[in-house]
Amino acid sequence: MAQFKLKINGQWREVDVDPATPLLWVLRDHLQMVGTKFGCGMAQCGACTVHLGKTATRSCVLPVSAVGDSPVTTIEGLSENGDHPLQKAWLEMDVPQCGYCQAGQIMSAAALLKSNPHPSDEEIDAAMMGNICRCGTYTRIKKAIKTAAAK
Amino acid sequence: MTKVKTTYNRRTFLKTTALAGGGMLLSFSWLAACAPSKQQVAQLPKNWFNLNGYLKIAENGQVTIQSPNPEIGQNVKTSMPMIVAEELDVDWKQVIVEQAPLNTDIFSRQIAGGSQSIRQSWKALRTAGATARQMLREAAAANWKVPVTEITTDKGILFHKNSGKSATYGEMAAAAAAIPVPKEVTLKDVKDFKIIGTSRKNVDGQKIVTGKPLFGLDYQREGMLIAMIVHPPAFGLTLKSIDDSEARKMPGIREVFSINTYPATMTRGAFDVDAFPEMAVIVGNSTWEVMQAKKALKVSWEPIKPYSFEMDGWRGKTTVNVPAGLESSETHSAKMAELAAQPGKVLRKDGDPDTAFKNAATIIERHYTAPFLAHNTMEPMNFFAHVTDEKAELVGPIQTPEFMEKSVAARLGLPLEKVDIQMTRMGGGFGRRLYGHFLVEAAVISQKIKAPVKLIYTREDDMTDGVYRPAYHVTYRAALDANKQLLAIHVRGGGVPDSPVHANRFPAGAIDNYLAEEWSVATNISTGAFRAPGSNFIASAEQSFLDEVAEAMGKDPIDMRLEMLQRAQSKPVGEKNDYDAARYAGVLKLVKEKAAWGSAKPGVHRGVSAYFCHNSYVANVLELHLKDGKPVVDKAYCAIDCGIVVNPDAAANMAEGSVVDAIGHALYSKLTLKEGVPEQTNFHEYRMIRHHEAPKNIEVHFVKSDVDPTGLGEPIYPPVFAALANALYKATGKRFYNQPFFPEY
Ligand code: FES
Ligand code: FES
Repeated sequence: MAQFKLKINGQWREVDVDPATPLLWVLRDHLQMVGTKFGCGMAQCGACTVHLGKTATRSCVLPVSAVGDSPVTTIEGLSENGDHPLQKAWLEMDVPQCGYCQAGQIMSAAALLKSNPHPSDEEIDAAMMGNICRCGTYTRIKKAIKTAAAK
Repeated sequence: MTKVKTTYNRRTFLKTTALAGGGMLLSFSWLAACAPSKQQVAQLPKNWFNLNGYLKIAENGQVTIQSPNPEIGQNVKTSMPMIVAEELDVDWKQVIVEQAPLNTDIFSRQIAGGSQSIRQSWKALRTAGATARQMLREAAAANWKVPVTEITTDKGILFHKNSGKSATYGEMAAAAAAIPVPKEVTLKDVKDFKIIGTSRKNVDGQKIVTGKPLFGLDYQREGMLIAMIVHPPAFGLTLKSIDDSEARKMPGIREVFSINTYPATMTRGAFDVDAFPEMAVIVGNSTWEVMQAKKALKVSWEPIKPYSFEMDGWRGKTTVNVPAGLESSETHSAKMAELAAQPGKVLRKDGDPDTAFKNAATIIERHYTAPFLAHNTMEPMNFFAHVTDEKAELVGPIQTPEFMEKSVAARLGLPLEKVDIQMTRMGGGFGRRLYGHFLVEAAVISQKIKAPVKLIYTREDDMTDGVYRPAYHVTYRAALDANKQLLAIHVRGGGVPDSPVHANRFPAGAIDNYLAEEWSVATNISTGAFRAPGSNFIASAEQSFLDEVAEAMGKDPIDMRLEMLQRAQSKPVGEKNDYDAARYAGVLKLVKEKAAWGSAKPGVHRGVSAYFCHNSYVANVLELHLKDGKPVVDKAYCAIDCGIVVNPDAAANMAEGSVVDAIGHALYSKLTLKEGVPEQTNFHEYRMIRHHEAPKNIEVHFVKSDVDPTGLGEPIYPPVFAALANALYKATGKRFYNQPFFPEY
């Protein structure tokens, strides 16, 4: 067990956990922030995507000890009132089916738009191919990303 | 206008009760039996005030509508309340939707399965809304001392034209609650619908995009522990002994023990499919700690002996026999090929197929196969349970709460009324969450440790302790005469362990000489329903085969199907055909028009397919090109006849998802076994379709219809496979018979 100070969504939080604990489980089990999802536990599905600094990161394979001072943004902190352009586009396009993968999809898309505000189809594919949607909402996700990028 | 009785021959009864605060609560019950059971009657007075009905109205005019069925992404949580709101005649903006609890006294068929939620609840939901509206009108009429027939409604407001009086539903709710339930109510004309047929956003949309707790895995409770399973690594093995010396010592670990979810003496229910009743369990403080202990736990396994158990399933009580042995996909394939070469059990025979094949100038015979598939819902299996001596409280994602409530009661030895199941939103179902062994496991674990616990499957547990889509093999034969006319069709199919053959579906009825046979292979691998069970494979085989037959006949594949359907419509063969040939032809004609079929586009290869299952008709055209020898699907067209479309944009979303899902499973996915061990354990080995492989453009078209609605979760899926195979043939000159078509890609 060890103490960690983490800057999550702009707030410092303290946890006392095994240093190997992935950030995903620190968020879900220790901080009761369950918006970040568990899908595979091995960086294969993207359900657990958060931002470490500005980079989309799979929190299921990121030990809490590796977070350091880097600010972490989760879906809960992507915007203050749930009105990030991507969240709005997601609602406008009514993207979700079951909805389980969508937090991870939005976080991957948000990191993409931050570094590349007007991505091409190919760039969207490249940034998003790590995020699986079993319900098959890919076509709508792409439309929503383009809608948000256009604004 | 349709008049409906609020009591269906004593099968229905309604209960009203005033809510604290002057609201109005209506409860409906459509019991499956002709009369409520003694047990239910005894419960009624006690439960009266605890019941939630379909809707309640607050003094401020807000309406809360209960969505009765489990939500797995098929969007019933929006579309079912839309139907109630339509007949109630309120503004959708005034509506708050809540997930209803499991309550078979009030709601009928609280199941997500078979694409039946909308179809089977259509009348009940409409009646619920219409009955409340009628009571509000009666309350207003009494209050204003005018005839009820003169009261009209619009967007939650009652009007009396002659006197100029008006009131909101909220103002009349208390009075309406005291009105006796009308015996008969009038439903709206389809042409008067204001909500049904208009697109309404997912009621959970905001919560989903902001990461609010919604799913079973998100559920937390004070003092809750985390449990995980360690199940046999191979089908055909069972638990022998546990060495927990290491695991127990690990940080955060509370208990290690074994459970038997389904003792041999227990009669299982229809959805108690479970290959691994005996397994090890680890309970600890947090997920990560339990995951670590899971790796440290040493378990010895031993081969199972053949065993059997009683199952009280769809066809009454049966004995299920489970064979011993470590099975492999290779041996399954060999066994299926062997059975495919022998006569099967005859399901249907029209005319004289034997003679037709004897006299044929050409016989086309093709074999189609498909592997097991894992459901791979993005949210792995999980369930919360808190079992005390008093009651069992369960919360989580389950498609069959009515059934699993009985299983838990039977397993724990509790009376049914002491088992309470709450439904959370599900991170996907696709049939996997029909089989609630994980819910029973959670209950058994909680009972044992006497604490609230959340059972979580890792992805590996989820994939290797699956209830898989069966593996299939089907043979199609066609006899053509010297003029290339179709004389006969013969289908013989089977699977491990189920046959996918539906003998009375098209092309049965469209051909004079027809033979359908089936066979099956027993297995100890757990299998079950997977999005459009059986249909998801037979449609691909049948519609690929017809494409090949049309080519041999020198006909356009759509024209050839339309000619067969014309025959089925004007002079059907046999009486048991279970499809409407005109509606079938309707979707083909629609897709033909929308895709501008027949107009060649350079470099674009197209395939067509159509299928009917789960009460809806669907035709697809897929367009693809090859890039480095691999298919890229550019565009898909879907033509759908599901009767009235309740929520068109959400329905289109479901269609788009089905197309993507089917392309992925057709091209890439498989679950194979070696010596009983699943060879794919997580998404690095199990290939799922990803963003860059989905079509960029999917056009969805609905046949305009006034027919009562049918479901959409499943029927759009099966035809896509063959549209893809047929387009691939155009692109490569090669027919694709074995799924997945690109296993190594
Ligand atoms: S849970 Fe982290 S990528 Fe799948
Ligand atoms: S919406 Fe269900 S997994 Fe993406």
